[in-house]
Amino acid sequence: MSAPVAETAPRKSGSMSGLRETWFYFSQNRGAVAGLVIMSLLVLIAIFSPWIAPHDPARIYNGSFLVPPVWQEGGDARFVFGTDAIGRDILSRLMHGARYSMLIGAVVVSISLVGGIVLGLIAGYFRGWVDALIMRIMDIILAFPSLLLALVLVTVLGPGLFNAMLAIALVLQPHFARLTRAAVIAEYSREYVTSAKVAGAGHLRLMFVTILPNCVAPLIVQATLSFSSAILDAAALGFLGLGAQPPAPEWGTMLADAREFILRAWWVITIPGLAILVTVLAINLIGDGLRDALDPKLKRS
Amino acid sequence: MKLMTTLLSATALVAMMAGGAYAKQLVYCSEGSPEGFDPALWSAGTTFDASSRAVMNRLVDFELGGSTIVPSLAESWTISEDGTEITFNLRKGVKWQTTAYFTPTREFNADDVVWSINRQFDPASPWANYVDGASYQYFDSTGFKAALKSVEKIDDYTVKFVFNQADSTVFVNFPMDFLSIGSAEYATQLEAAGNMAQFNQLPVGTGKFQFVDYQTDTVIRYKSNPDHFGGASPINDLIFAITKEPAAAQEALKAGQCDVIPYPIPGDVAGLRQDPNLVVTETAGENVGFIAFNTQQKPFDNPKVRQALNLAVNREAILEGVYAGQAVLARNPLPASSWASDPSNEVPAYDPEAAKALLAEAGVSDLSMKLWWMPVARPYNPNGKRMGELLQADWASIGVKVELVSMDWPVYLEQSASVERDGAVMIGWGADNADPDNFLGVLLSCAAVGTNNRAQWCYEPYDTLIKKAKATFDQAERTEIYHEAQKVFHEQTPWVLLAHSNQYIAHNKRVVNFKQDPLGYHRFDGADVTE
Amino acid sequence: MLRYFLYRLALLIPTFIGVTIVAFFFIRILPGDPVQVLAGERGVSPERHAEVLARLGFDRPLWEQYFSYLWNVLRGDFGISFASKRPVAQEFFSRFPATVELALCAMIIATALGIPAGILAAVKRGTWIDQATMGTALVGYSMPIFWWGMLLIILFSGILHWTPVSGRIALNYFFPSVTGFMLIDSLLSGQKGAFLSALHYLVLPTVVLATIPLAVIARQTRSAMLEVLGEDYVRTARAKGLQPRRIIGIHALRNAMIPVITTIGLQVGLLMAGAILTETIFSWPGIGKWMIEAVNKRDYFVVQSGLLLIALIIMAVNLIVDVLYAVINPRIRHQ
Repeated sequence: MSAPVAETAPRKSGSMSGLRETWFYFSQNRGAVAGLVIMSLLVLIAIFSPWIAPHDPARIYNGSFLVPPVWQEGGDARFVFGTDAIGRDILSRLMHGARYSMLIGAVVVSISLVGGIVLGLIAGYFRGWVDALIMRIMDIILAFPSLLLALVLVTVLGPGLFNAMLAIALVLQPHFARLTRAAVIAEYSREYVTSAKVAGAGHLRLMFVTILPNCVAPLIVQATLSFSSAILDAAALGFLGLGAQPPAPEWGTMLADAREFILRAWWVITIPGLAILVTVLAINLIGDGLRDALDPKLKRS
Repeated sequence: MKLMTTLLSATALVAMMAGGAYAKQLVYCSEGSPEGFDPALWSAGTTFDASSRAVMNRLVDFELGGSTIVPSLAESWTISEDGTEITFNLRKGVKWQTTAYFTPTREFNADDVVWSINRQFDPASPWANYVDGASYQYFDSTGFKAALKSVEKIDDYTVKFVFNQADSTVFVNFPMDFLSIGSAEYATQLEAAGNMAQFNQLPVGTGKFQFVDYQTDTVIRYKSNPDHFGGASPINDLIFAITKEPAAAQEALKAGQCDVIPYPIPGDVAGLRQDPNLVVTETAGENVGFIAFNTQQKPFDNPKVRQALNLAVNREAILEGVYAGQAVLARNPLPASSWASDPSNEVPAYDPEAAKALLAEAGVSDLSMKLWWMPVARPYNPNGKRMGELLQADWASIGVKVELVSMDWPVYLEQSASVERDGAVMIGWGADNADPDNFLGVLLSCAAVGTNNRAQWCYEPYDTLIKKAKATFDQAERTEIYHEAQKVFHEQTPWVLLAHSNQYIAHNKRVVNFKQDPLGYHRFDGADVTE
Repeated sequence: MLRYFLYRLALLIPTFIGVTIVAFFFIRILPGDPVQVLAGERGVSPERHAEVLARLGFDRPLWEQYFSYLWNVLRGDFGISFASKRPVAQEFFSRFPATVELALCAMIIATALGIPAGILAAVKRGTWIDQATMGTALVGYSMPIFWWGMLLIILFSGILHWTPVSGRIALNYFFPSVTGFMLIDSLLSGQKGAFLSALHYLVLPTVVLATIPLAVIARQTRSAMLEVLGEDYVRTARAKGLQPRRIIGIHALRNAMIPVITTIGLQVGLLMAGAILTETIFSWPGIGKWMIEAVNKRDYFVVQSGLLLIALIIMAVNLIVDVLYAVINPRIRHQ
């Protein structure tokens, strides 16, 4: 029963040849490969941080408050990137902080992706009032500036990392819903869907098995971009004091703590911010590479 | 970048031209926007600086740069034998300020005093609720409302206050902001015009400066009141430039855009001192930062547990990491400068071993507790989060697991005051006046349980002493009672005492005769600028 | 055209109602007691508490509160700020020009630099110019702007002392606020140097706020141009021997502008989010900073009506962009 479906489907990114083709185009893009390498390194650091970090990130070294990085006068070889206001090693905190960023990205993308896909599929598949209702709700969410909405949501839910992730997932989710809906509507009238319908496939099967795999390409790109948005938004919330709570070494929170040293201890501000930038940049490079590799229009020229 | 430098020098040049020879101007980079301009409605020091301290006077005032009470709109006063009546003899010939929005037809007299009190006291007054949602919070919460029986005009220049009972802590309210004297004539005019809200927007007083203009969140302008009874101010224009970021205020000070800044960042004080154009002054703060256990809950109802946690705090690290060394570790629950402070008490020792032993003695093991950290900086505690992280590590070393919790400041204040609240809460207090009861009574009496007594500590022997001191008028006698009360406090340890943080002011050295206020006000009464 | 406009407007009605519901209920479920917030740090007596609660209408059923709220909003009454006791609408519109001024300047910079950069990159496709431009754009696009703002402060204010740390104009200038736009007011005041000073204060915040839109516009322009340059009519023009500059200037650019303008319009929401962070860092007295403070202070009606007003403005801008888009591209109207 599924055989004719696979045959008539025009392009299926999930298939072996599609994957290989995508990887080929992706690997041609030097920026994307560099992004992938950096990202892999970050993931490794995140996983192995308890073993490779030189210090416990919460360990307070009395008498070593605000030690500058090792290459600067007054630096201490024990603390490569220096210490923060209460003598904690910045390098170790950054390494452990990578865990938070990866976790935030993964959780937020999972929640918003699943939520968005389900809503988008339902809206695009059934149309009519269901579609109108879902899409108006998405419009309402999109009517607010995302950061402001997330901010108020976190205030309602109470500050904390999990609530921050939930709030960010909620504000990112309409993008997935819209994208899925548009793709579903475009695919719905295609031949392979009609033939599957004729073959007697149920709603769920049609939605998830027949149509969804053909909408995957734009969703992958959107998911990558959302991964970086999530990290940025979580850092912004942390910066505004509503994200991860102490003593968690989340990067945005580290920046918020460091604000008062802006004219006195450059390293406590510069280094965590740089970590955020590098991570987000790497993910965006991957996202760009994926988009180019998956977008047939750009491929030809 | 060249363009930028050109722009800059152009601006600087114009700035020099604009600061011409005639008007002497002083720019104060205040730390926030005032809540309004009627001091009786509000509670923030920022508001008082901008309203009552600049524009108004009270019957009696604090001396400039001190906390001694001196005559102001009242030239003298007498307290009756039984301590229940205070009679003020008012100053004659005091002129109300003439501004763009009010021209007085008469001088200050007893009607103004009676009106200023009764609008807060009499619930039937049209002024009782004149600003939607605002209330006369100090009048109520200081206990003045409960203590007062009546205020009477004897003649145009004599006013008598009658109180329900003899209370030695009542008089110290008179120099406070909520008892600032406003113009009854101005109020009557606004009432007739149906524009009472203006009373909170465009203030009129008898003070050194009169209000000119306020641009929301940006700048407040005042000019010298030429008719002030103590003589006009040497500066012509006083400007409050609202600069909420302390780092920004410091930069503006260095660049010469601000003349005076409050609250420089403690860690930057040393750097500011090195700048030859700047002067940094400091006073021992009339404040105390502390951590209050909920003494009504297990295991904190056991003084041994409280003492153990108290012993495990590395105060030197907190002094350096949180206060940047710009504080004095607390020996007593009230400032060291208070006449009632007992100098024989020591700063609690740091002894984790003894702490462990005490915990074992109390039969407490595997204790895990909540520690509430303040989400805002206050003079008595500049960084609650950092303090929380340090304490978490300290208490972990004696096997106590600490969960750090926090919430928005208004909610924090509300919920931390509740008797049901768990764990220990970081908090502090800044003096309203120089009376010891403002610390020892307001923060630790049985009556304050559920409100300002965040340790929820109602300990009879202590409470009896505090009540006795309140009914005693002789200072030597009171001092003795308070010393005894502090002994009880140390035995019971309802708080982890932390520090009295020093208060700093940084100003350009062209500002002269500016006196830093020990109570944390920012007053420009005598200040002058030289070119 | 009018019909299209009205149709788009009608579509906004359910969104508007939804937005009021969201704004209203968020505030009801915020933890904390509004009367305590109103009372400040000193607390109130229980009688006074009940009285204030009743006066605010918080003792009535929720749906009743909602409808009276909706009715008030439709009449232009957005409630009173707890903190200042002034009407929220008045507070909002006294700060709004500061944000608009900052956002407009940022958009002007972003467009003025972003479009040429995108065209350049597209025309020089594959060269180091393209790579450098797009690399920079990607870095800008990935920038945590709150950090970027702090870096610029460290460099330009802390080390070089070129720019002020915060504020809108040097304090020695004093003139009444006529339009609320500092650049215009400073000119109107006729005070020498006031305009330059206002400009000087505006530079860093503008650069920070412009960073992400600039990157987005440059990227969008490049891909729109590439697409158009690949179209048949451009190839034909090229084949006919038209000058490259003419091709880019007349044929390609005009068509490439359609998606770019849409992008610019869509930046408004992003700009508002950026303004929150930029205003916080530079203590810029605009809407974003006001909202953050209101959330922290639990200033209920400010959060509620601020959310609503901001959403309304974004909806209005999106409507205008949609309509403009339809004007440029008539095909849309008939869909």
